[in-house]
Amino acid sequence: MTQVRLQVNGAVREAEAWPGESLLYFLRERLGLFGSKNACEQGECGSCSVFFDGELVCSCLVLAAAAEGAQIVTVEGLEDDPVAARVREAMVAAGGVQCGFCTPGFVVAMTGLLRGNRHPSDLETREALSGNLCRCTGYVRIFEAVRRAGDALE
Amino acid sequence: MPEGLRTRGGVGESIPRPDGPDKVSGRFSFGSDLTAPGMLFGKTLRSPHPHALIRSIDVEKATGMPGVKAVLTAADLPGERLYSLHKPPDQPVLAAAGDEVRYAGEPVAIVAAEHPEQARAALEAIAVEYEVLAPLLDPVDAIQRGSVLRELTIRSGDPDAVADVVVDGYYEVGQQDQAPLGPEAGLAIPTPHGGIDLWVATQALHVDLEQVEACLGMRPGAVRLHLGGVGGAFGAREDLSIQVHACLLALKARRPVKMWYGREESFTGHVHRHPAWMWYSTGADRDGRLVFVKATILLDGGAYASSSGAVVANAACFGAGPYRVPNAHVWSGAARTNTVPNGAMRGFGAVQSCFAYEGQMDLLAARLGLDPIELRLKNAIRPGDRLITGQALTGAAPMAKLIDLCQGLPEPPAPSDSLALPGGAGNVASAAEVVRGTGFAVGFKNIAYSEGSDDYATARVRLQRGPDGAAVVQVKTAASEVGQGLVTVCLQVARTELGVEAVEIERADTTVGDAGSSSASRQTWMTGGAVRDAARLVAAEVLKRAGPPAQALAGGHVLDEEGAALAPIELFLDEPIEREFEHHHRPTSGLDPAGQGDAHVSFMFVAHRATVDVDAEAGLARVAQVATAQDVGRAINPLQVHGQIEGGIAQGVGLATMEEIKLKDGLIRNASFTDYIIPTSLDMPEVAAVLVEEPEPEAPYGAKGVGEPPLISSPAAIVAAMRAATGRRLNRVPVSPEELAGLSECRPGWLVRPGQSPAEAVRPAPPL
Ligand code: FES
Ligand code: FES
Repeated sequence: MTQVRLQVNGAVREAEAWPGESLLYFLRERLGLFGSKNACEQGECGSCSVFFDGELVCSCLVLAAAAEGAQIVTVEGLEDDPVAARVREAMVAAGGVQCGFCTPGFVVAMTGLLRGNRHPSDLETREALSGNLCRCTGYVRIFEAVRRAGDALE
Repeated sequence: MPEGLRTRGGVGESIPRPDGPDKVSGRFSFGSDLTAPGMLFGKTLRSPHPHALIRSIDVEKATGMPGVKAVLTAADLPGERLYSLHKPPDQPVLAAAGDEVRYAGEPVAIVAAEHPEQARAALEAIAVEYEVLAPLLDPVDAIQRGSVLRELTIRSGDPDAVADVVVDGYYEVGQQDQAPLGPEAGLAIPTPHGGIDLWVATQALHVDLEQVEACLGMRPGAVRLHLGGVGGAFGAREDLSIQVHACLLALKARRPVKMWYGREESFTGHVHRHPAWMWYSTGADRDGRLVFVKATILLDGGAYASSSGAVVANAACFGAGPYRVPNAHVWSGAARTNTVPNGAMRGFGAVQSCFAYEGQMDLLAARLGLDPIELRLKNAIRPGDRLITGQALTGAAPMAKLIDLCQGLPEPPAPSDSLALPGGAGNVASAAEVVRGTGFAVGFKNIAYSEGSDDYATARVRLQRGPDGAAVVQVKTAASEVGQGLVTVCLQVARTELGVEAVEIERADTTVGDAGSSSASRQTWMTGGAVRDAARLVAAEVLKRAGPPAQALAGGHVLDEEGAALAPIELFLDEPIEREFEHHHRPTSGLDPAGQGDAHVSFMFVAHRATVDVDAEAGLARVAQVATAQDVGRAINPLQVHGQIEGGIAQGVGLATMEEIKLKDGLIRNASFTDYIIPTSLDMPEVAAVLVEEPEPEAPYGAKGVGEPPLISSPAAIVAAMRAATGRRLNRVPVSPEELAGLSECRPGWLVRPGQSPAEAVRPAPPL
């Protein structure tokens, strides 16, 4: 066990961890931040998406120890983020949520997309979200939520 | 009625789901997010062999390892050693020394430790000695050796009927994984009195409960199940996974135990869609009227029964398609082999046979020189017609209307961007080589449980004053919200019946009566019906308390016969009102030896048209659009219905173009999202959907189920479009790039006369 100290959602968070523990496991089981999900733990689904120094990453592919010194923002840390707030509203209103397991990862990825581009084209949206799997919705209403959130941000 | 007295958000409105805000913020807790003080992590040791005798299991070393709090084998089981959805149970909770393991992935031992890595290390320290046996892997082989889970024959009409035109075809459907994003997961917490509470992501709390109680050897009441948040299901959560194991470990360690499967384990930890091998012969007269359908539908059931029995029946009952078929002879059966058990997946049974009978309809159209849509319209089944099981269609059956509406939906524009071409981001198709094809297919399936099951659901509805004094409704059921939106449906139903907008849907658990499974597209009808009926009893009590001239409830008020407000509802709630109701659907009957009987309560119909862009040379295809018309009876929540349609079509695109579990020597070779790929945002076609609302007379609010039809005929339509674009046979899903490019073809490994059991199959002569 080693002590790991991370900057998560603007606060310093510290806990013991096993060598080799992923950032995802650390966030969930050590810090109790269960918003980041664990659908594959292999970097294929995006359900564990977080911002790592502002970059969208799969937290299951990052070692907890390797995140020391970085600014980590999880879906919980986006509570007061104005872009994420519009994304969340649009996801609910457009019907982009079913089981919701993919949803926090999508909210993070959509926030990242809309921060850089308020009005992505359909193909830009598809491309930007292609690292996030959803098994329930067929994505159609998630694309709609991107459009609605973009409009609401004007 | 004055606008102020309208109840907003009732049946028929596209309101957002009530759990949406928690799901988008990350607050919603799924089975794998559960946690408790002092919690341990449970893990499962599984057989690496598809078939072997266990000589011995030695756990001594594992037991003493750091952090390890419990190591259990079959020798420690306190109750029933077998479980199943099927009676009598046939699947071991843990395979015992001296017994056989029957599939690779069968659980042999379980461990609980302080850290998942400690549990994993302990699994590695368990020594299991196996005597490897030859696995039975070919389902025809299995049938010929009498290794059969169920077989069923349907005969109707004249077995010697002669047709002007006959087409024969052979079809295969690959083994599809439900791939819900949420892993199998749960948390077991021992109670101070020797009982246990289990929070679990499941489709059916009471179905689990009955099995868990038996396997724990506990008296009724000692085990309580609570719904942990469910991250999708699609059939994967009908059978037990972690349920008994987590409870056993928690009882042994006297501490909470959480278990979840990683993605790889999930592939062996739940059942899959039955792969199918189908031999069809379809006859018609010169005008294209169907004369007969003869079919052999062979399914691989895998090592244990699970729901193979019902899948066999569905594949057979719907095996001739939603058509007028005067003469039929269908054999359907599931072989028992040494592969991972197969069971429920969305549309089960109906998906497999649809791919075959719709392929046949296109062959027939081509042979007759008829338009494929014309041929389907000509044969479309109508209200009052009889199915091949002899059952008359007494409810809504708008097949012809669906075909008309679907074919009239706008077609998609040509691809505008290279990213929208086959190959997508890889962009390997060349625009000049791309050919667009269009295909059409229709399908149908039963709603709810069939073949004489006593199908029911229970709901408890309570109306009382909330903290602010205003009326509040609480709805309690044991029905699983798995993502489909049942919580929204229950909320809308309660609002409609009680005229109160403040409705709380309580967490599902087993402290209320059984609601059955969230499967077979049944919960809107069954649990929706139970909530309606319980709410009506509550409403009757309010009206009684209010006395004449009270007539109805709406907009928070008791109304008179003219619709004028008499008083706010809360005025009559000095005492809360609580009522419970068990909603049963009309009894169904079994199938007789000729496969005849009124086995199903109701049917859902659907039509799909697919537009696919194909670069045959490169073996690439992209589905540009799926258009659909679906018979929904009545849409309780159109937004959610469209969500079900789009999500189901996504899984249909997956089955048609990419999704298949690859087995080699009985082992799954692609148990990850790297190798078992599902459609991404780049693969998803445009969806054009129209809902046909012809109320089903017997269904609450006239609403049929909606979850399964989107997946029944969408794969068949997509493959038909690929055939149109390439001229190839493409008789197997998922269509591989090699087949699309004409480099390989799927041929039968056995010759079977359609309608006959594969017990009489012979090997084809080797090619000269
Ligand atoms: S859990 Fe990290 S990508 Fe799937
Ligand atoms: S909503 Fe279930 S996986 Fe996306």
